[in-house]
Amino acid sequence: MSELRLSRAVYDAIRAHGEETYPHECCGALLGRSTPDGWWIEASIRAGNTRTDSAHNRYEISPGELVKIERESRRQGLSIAGFYHSHPDHPAQWSQTDLAEAHWLACSYVITAVASGKAAVTNSFRLAGDTEENKRFEAELIKVKDSAS
Amino acid sequence: MTIYIPTPLRTFTAGKDAVEVNAATIAAALDELTVAYPDLRKHLFTSEGKVRAFVNIYLNDEDVRYLPAKEATEVSPADTLSIIPSIAGGRQTR
Repeated sequence: MSELRLSRAVYDAIRAHGEETYPHECCGALLGRSTPDGWWIEASIRAGNTRTDSAHNRYEISPGELVKIERESRRQGLSIAGFYHSHPDHPAQWSQTDLAEAHWLACSYVITAVASGKAAVTNSFRLAGDTEENKRFEAELIKVKDSAS
Repeated sequence: MTIYIPTPLRTFTAGKDAVEVNAATIAAALDELTVAYPDLRKHLFTSEGKVRAFVNIYLNDEDVRYLPAKEATEVSPADTLSIIPSIAGGRQTR
């Protein structure tokens, strides 16, 4: 199983974001460096959820905001390594909607279950495959660390 | 001009996160990119040659699909193109 390593600060931040937006889904980007052992996530950037019509069970980040996030990641010398979002009162498991709308191959999709306003389980799934036709989510182990080593 | 390559497509550009092209229009820039890196083509375009629905192309900070001339828009060396795959989801099943 692959691993997603992230700093304690990032781990806490993405979970707190889900608590703040409850009962709506939060979303954001994960910025990091690619290492031989996988992604090392150094930062997260909150994003707006444009699905204001159904924010309790859907999220979407506008491409225009993603352009700005990419610009910021370059400024920090990092890459977009994946994205995070929350599932209010729902398990931290990917849905068919998550898979259908996932296009960042080889990136991580982190989901936090927020139960009654409190962050519960956080899971990560790598979008494996090399085409839209064979893409699939594969569970990956989250390792919260103080540094990249 | 510079074309910024998103993380999932860097496998097809020998790991490069940015590619320099010399083109007069957006369409020509994307064409030059996919000539240099042919494996990119199927990830950016349908078999009919149209940009795939989940692929967003931005000229600086503007979505190309909303520009009057779309991919025929002229570009200058100082312009940038960003390729941004969509990001969405949620717990609701379609």
